[in-house]
Amino acid sequence: MTKTILVVDDSPSIRRMLSMTLGQIGYDVIEAGDGREGLSKALQGPCDGIITDQNMPHMDGLTFIREFRAHAASRGVPIIVLSTDSDDTLKQKAREVGAIGWMVKPFDQAKLTAVIRKVIG
Amino acid sequence: MISDDLADVFQEELRELLDSLDRGLLDLRMTPDDPGLIDQVFRDLHTIKGNGAMFGFAELSAFVHGFETAFERIRSGAAQATPEVIRLALRARDEIPALLQGQQDDAGTRQSLLVDLSAALAGAQAGSAVLTEATAAAAPYMPSAPQQGPQSLRFSLDGPAFDLGVRPELLLAELQELGATRFTAETQDIPPLEQLDPSVCHILWRCDLPAGITAAAIEDVFMFAEAQWTLTPHESLADQPQVPATPEPATKTEAAGTQPDTPTPQASAPRALSKAKPTEPKATAAATVRVPAERLDALMDAVGELVIVEARLAELALQAQDPALLTTAEQITRLANGLRDATMTLRMVPLRSLVGRFRRLVSELADTLGKPVNFVVQGEDTELDKTLIEKLADPLVHLLRNALDHGIEPQTVRRAAQKPEASSVTLSAAHEGTEVVVRISDDGKGIDSDQIRSRAIAMGLIAPETDLSRSETLALIFAPGFSTASQVTELSGRGVGMDVVKRTIDGLRGRLEVSSELGQGTTISLHMPLTLAIIDGLLVEVAGERYVLPMAVVQQIVELPAENAIPDAAADFLEVRGQFVPFLRLRTAFDCQGDPPASQNVVIVAAAGGRVGIVVDWVIGTHQIVIKQMSKLHEAVRSISGATILGDGKVALILDAQQLIALSRTRADTAAAARGAAA
Repeated sequence: MTKTILVVDDSPSIRRMLSMTLGQIGYDVIEAGDGREGLSKALQGPCDGIITDQNMPHMDGLTFIREFRAHAASRGVPIIVLSTDSDDTLKQKAREVGAIGWMVKPFDQAKLTAVIRKVIG
Repeated sequence: MISDDLADVFQEELRELLDSLDRGLLDLRMTPDDPGLIDQVFRDLHTIKGNGAMFGFAELSAFVHGFETAFERIRSGAAQATPEVIRLALRARDEIPALLQGQQDDAGTRQSLLVDLSAALAGAQAGSAVLTEATAAAAPYMPSAPQQGPQSLRFSLDGPAFDLGVRPELLLAELQELGATRFTAETQDIPPLEQLDPSVCHILWRCDLPAGITAAAIEDVFMFAEAQWTLTPHESLADQPQVPATPEPATKTEAAGTQPDTPTPQASAPRALSKAKPTEPKATAAATVRVPAERLDALMDAVGELVIVEARLAELALQAQDPALLTTAEQITRLANGLRDATMTLRMVPLRSLVGRFRRLVSELADTLGKPVNFVVQGEDTELDKTLIEKLADPLVHLLRNALDHGIEPQTVRRAAQKPEASSVTLSAAHEGTEVVVRISDDGKGIDSDQIRSRAIAMGLIAPETDLSRSETLALIFAPGFSTASQVTELSGRGVGMDVVKRTIDGLRGRLEVSSELGQGTTISLHMPLTLAIIDGLLVEVAGERYVLPMAVVQQIVELPAENAIPDAAADFLEVRGQFVPFLRLRTAFDCQGDPPASQNVVIVAAAGGRVGIVVDWVIGTHQIVIKQMSKLHEAVRSISGATILGDGKVALILDAQQLIALSRTRADTAAAARGAAA
C-alpha cells in the first residue's frame, strides 16, 4: 500500500521539492503551509509520517508536534523536523514534544530518501 | 535533478520573499518595536537562507545567514531597528538578486555591508565569523577510528518508542545492511499482558557486527530513535574467521521487503539551477501556471467573437422556432457565459502585485525629500484586469510623487501648522459598483483653487471672467502643461505629468476626480471600469435605435406611470419603493422626433449620489456585449462609452449612464438659468 507523508513547510519551494522527491520514490504526499494547516490535515486522515519545518507563521513546528501528539491519531506516526536551525536546545525540545528526529537544511534528495526509508520504510 | 518547474517556484517564491522583506523592513521603520514585524522579517530571511542553500546558492545562503545573524540581535531585544539599520538592511536586501546571479565581483562590498549592519546594531562584528557556518552543516562528518576485529552491539529503545513511530524492524534492517549478523532478542523484560505498555518496546536486542564499523555509523542508524546502545569488541568470535552468517529467521522476515538504501550523507554537493538563468525574479502573478499575457489577450479576443456569434445564433434560433435549435442555442449561450467569466477571472490580478514597488518608492522619496511619511495601503487584494494594472503603474507613481513632492509640506511648515510631523499618504483600492476605485490621499497642504485659477488665467487656459465651480477649477490641474510649482524639483513639477495621467486614465475608460481641502490634504480618485472587454448589457430601444446600458448599473425596471407620460421638468420624479427617484428621458436627451409609444419603461440605474431613472421606449432584454472602442472622432461624445455589434450585425451604442445624467443635469440647469434670465 502506498504510504502517505504529510509535508508541513511555509516555503512552497521546499514543499515542492519534498513532494517531488518523495513522489519519485513512491510516496503519496500531502502538503500544508503552516503548523495550523498541518494539524488539521494530520487529524483529517491517516498518514504514515510527517516532515515539518520549525519556523512557520501561525503555528511553529514544535507547537504543531505537541498539539498533534495530544491526539490518539498521532500514535505510531514518526515526525521529523526539517529546519535550517541546528540549535541543540531546540532539537532537544523537539524530541521532548514528540519528534523522532531533526534534519538540518540543506539536504539533498539522496539524503532525504535515505532518511525517509530509514524512518518510514 | 532540479526541474525548470521547481526553479520557477523557487524564483517566484524568492520574489515574494523579497517583496515581503521590503514591506517588513519599511514597516519596521515606522514601528521598530513590533515583535510581529521583527518575526516576519526574521522568518523571511530565514526562508531565503534555507531555500538558497537548498537550491545550491551557497554564497547567497551564507550572506543571508550573516544578515540574519545581525538581525537576531533585534529579535532578541539586544538592539533597536534604527532608521540607519533599516537603511543598511534594505541595501543588504538589494544584494540578494545579484547573489542569485552568482556575481562574485563585489563580494567585498557585501562583506563590508554586513559589517556595517552589525556595527550599526551593536558595534560587534558579525561578518566573517558567520559566513562559514552555513556551509558547515553540509560538511562531511569525520568518522572516529574504526574498531579492529568483530564487535557486539546491544541496544534497547527508550521511552514511548512505538507512539513516536519508531520501527525496530527498520533499525534491524539497517544494521543488517551494515553487515550485522546473529540477531537475538532478549524478551525477559516483557511484563505480563495486564501491565504491558503498548507504546514501549520492552525487547533488548543483540547482534554481531563485522570489523570496521564505527560508533558514528551506529549513531547514524539510531539517528531517529531514542536508543541506549553499547558497542563492544566481540570476545567469543575475536579469533575466529568471520562467517557470513544469516540473521535469525524471526527478524529476517520482519525486515523483508524494506531494504533501505545506504545513506549517503556527504552526497549533498550544491546543485545549480541548470536552465533558466537566474535573474531578479520577474514580477508576475503569484499563480501556479504562468501564461504569456498575449495568449490571454488572444483568448479574450476569441471569446469576444464567440459572444457575438452566440448572440446571432440565439436570434436565428428564435426566428426559426425550431425547439432543437433553440435548446442548442441556449446551451451555447450558457457555455459562452461560463467561458467568458472564466476568461475574465484569468485576467484578474490583485493590486498587491503593484504595491510592493510603491512602498519602496515612497520610502526612498521620503528620504530624498526629508519628509517622514507614513504610507498606508488599503485593499491591496482588490482585483483588476491585468492590462489595467500594468497601465495604472505609471499614473500611480506619478500621483504618489506629486503627493510627496507638492502635497506634503516640509516638516517646519507642518510643525507650525500643528500637524503630526510624519505625514500620511494612503493608497486604497476598492470595488464600487461597476468600478474599481483607487484613491491616493495625503494630509498635506491641499490645493489652493485660487492659485490654480490665477495660474490657469496666466497660462491662457481659461478667460479671466470664466465662472468655474470648485471641482472644475481643481480639474484644471489635469490640463496639458499645467504646473504651479514655481521651482522645478528633481521629482516633479516640470509641467508634464498630470495631463499624461489623465490621458492614460481616459484611454482606459476611467475617470479622475480630485477633492482637496486647503490645509487638510488632497485625494485623487481613479475610477476604473472593472473589465475592459465584455459586459452584460441591457438592450433598450428608443425611437427605433437600440442602445445598451451596462447591467451592472441597472437596479430595476419599471413602467412609466401614465401621469408622467408628458415631459414636465418639475414632475419628472417616480416613487419607487417609497423613494423619489428623478428620471431623464432618452428621447429628450437625444432630441428624438416623433411620439413615444403608449407605454414606456424606466430603467433605474445606480448613479453618483443615489438612483436615477432613464426612460426608454422599451426594454428588449439582456445581452452579452463585446465593447468596441469608439473612433477618435467620437471621443468627445461623453454620454456614449462605446459600441457593440448585435446578433443581427447591427451596431448599438453603449450608454454611459453617469455621463448621461451629468449631461441632463447641465441641460436642466441651463434651461432653468435661461428661464430665470427670461423672467
